[in-house]
Amino acid sequence: MPAIEILGLEKIYSVGFWRKRPKRALHPLQLTVEDGEIFGFLGPNGAGKTTTLKLLMGLVSPTGGSARILGHEWTDPAVKAQIGFLPEQPYFYDYLTVRELLEYYGQLSGVPAKQRSQRVEQVLHQVGLQDARDVQLRKFSKGMLQRVGIGQAILHDPKVVFFDEPMSGLDPMGRREVRDLMEQLKQEGKTVFFSTHILSDAETLCDRVAIIHQGELRGVGAVEDLTSSVQGKIEVIWQGTHIPPSVKALGADCHVSGDCARAIVSEDQQDAIIDVLRRERQHLISITPVRISLEAYFVEKLRHSETTAGKTA
Amino acid sequence: MRNRIAYIASNTFREAVRDRVLYNLIAFALLLSGAAILVGQISIEIEKLVVINLGLTAVSLFGVVIAIFIGIGLVSKEIEKRTLYTVLSRPVRRWEFIIGKFFGLAGTLVVNTFFMAIGVFAALFYVSHKFVRADALILVALYFIVLEFVIICSVALLFSSFSSPLLSAVFAFSLFIVGCFAEDLRNFAGMAHGILRWLATGAAYLVPNFSAFNVITSIAHEQPVAGQLILQNTLYALSYAAMALSGAVLIFEHRDLK
Repeated sequence: MPAIEILGLEKIYSVGFWRKRPKRALHPLQLTVEDGEIFGFLGPNGAGKTTTLKLLMGLVSPTGGSARILGHEWTDPAVKAQIGFLPEQPYFYDYLTVRELLEYYGQLSGVPAKQRSQRVEQVLHQVGLQDARDVQLRKFSKGMLQRVGIGQAILHDPKVVFFDEPMSGLDPMGRREVRDLMEQLKQEGKTVFFSTHILSDAETLCDRVAIIHQGELRGVGAVEDLTSSVQGKIEVIWQGTHIPPSVKALGADCHVSGDCARAIVSEDQQDAIIDVLRRERQHLISITPVRISLEAYFVEKLRHSETTAGKTA
Repeated sequence: MRNRIAYIASNTFREAVRDRVLYNLIAFALLLSGAAILVGQISIEIEKLVVINLGLTAVSLFGVVIAIFIGIGLVSKEIEKRTLYTVLSRPVRRWEFIIGKFFGLAGTLVVNTFFMAIGVFAALFYVSHKFVRADALILVALYFIVLEFVIICSVALLFSSFSSPLLSAVFAFSLFIVGCFAEDLRNFAGMAHGILRWLATGAAYLVPNFSAFNVITSIAHEQPVAGQLILQNTLYALSYAAMALSGAVLIFEHRDLK
């Protein structure tokens, strides 16, 4: 059973004061996230990522479509006890201490009173805020608030976690810790759905990603599938610092680093470059297919969608 | 369900209690009760009358200010600051949130009224040196003031569910002032003709009738309050609050939290 099924959810807002006009924030979206996956929802600012998450959380009502989470209607309150949500740039009741806030959210999520305090302490340790437990949230930095946000999202041990830009406002150490936490959640069998525009995070973490732009889904799949399918080049590495002229003659992109030389050529030149290196008595180390980076794939998809939109217009 | 409402109410109460502005307002109300003693001293023979009048008016007025001041931000501030996102993404229904907020604010006002009432009774004791049986009538006036607060809380919450804090404050204050003159509005409706009569009658019944809750002057003159009026006011306040809260829930249920 998929953890999340988005079945044509769409959102059109009415904008303007006197003369209301429709503004489409999300085209009908079809998406399935499998149980236990880390799923990245990628897109530039204003692409429709947050709208999608708000729709799934019931914070805005859809113009059409529906969704299922853990096999149940997404509006079912019982489902909400099994999901955790971190909004983008979270803000909390600043008159509370972090311990009080987590206690309150634990109450609302139905965490039994006997386990609540223990669970709060556990989460405080998990997000590294154990020393600030009795400090009012108004004294917290942006990074600390982000940690509080992550803490409240996992407090009630949810099966599915939704994070909206979880790395936002964090320093490199904080980002690393959040990445580790997501890995840990995956190991615990939880499904993590997170939106981001930081592609390196998605590339490192995600089993699958979806790319959304201008409210429309542009691509979805495993990171390796998305990035290997479009390049068609290989990287050849051999020992030594000498680059034979016949390799350059193949039009290869060559460079030397340390005591190794490398060349990037198209896949159909693989046999030719191996022959050249044998003839030149070079010691071959490796031949690997070159994968396009997720960033390059992302940019390519965005350019393509903009070109298509331009032609349509 | 009941638990969630209670948790939201208790958090609303905690928010109000930790707000310094609340203490300033209570201190100011107590000062005014104290000032009633001074005014009473220059009003020979009617010290007690002045203390009751001024003291209870201070309780009522500052309570209204507190109710509106806190009430107008209960929903709109939560949307503006996005604190609501992490609440409504939990198994909390929107109507539970509204009702919880209402009870939290109403609870805050009951506690405030209790402390301000202590101030009034202390001032009364200072000028009379004793309590008499008729002083118990002050409790009825305080009960009516609390009923007023119940209505104002629900109205402030209703406005807060669809407009900004500033507009909500303007609406709520306007409604309070018009509500204080509801009897006059009804009399005017009786004298008017044609469409104006219909409009005035509609407005007179739409705005909360606060004039029926104001028994301060008669209590100061030790005139008893009819049991029927107590029952009537109780039912009226509860019905009015229920309607305003239903409106707030209805609006909030369909509101997109952009």
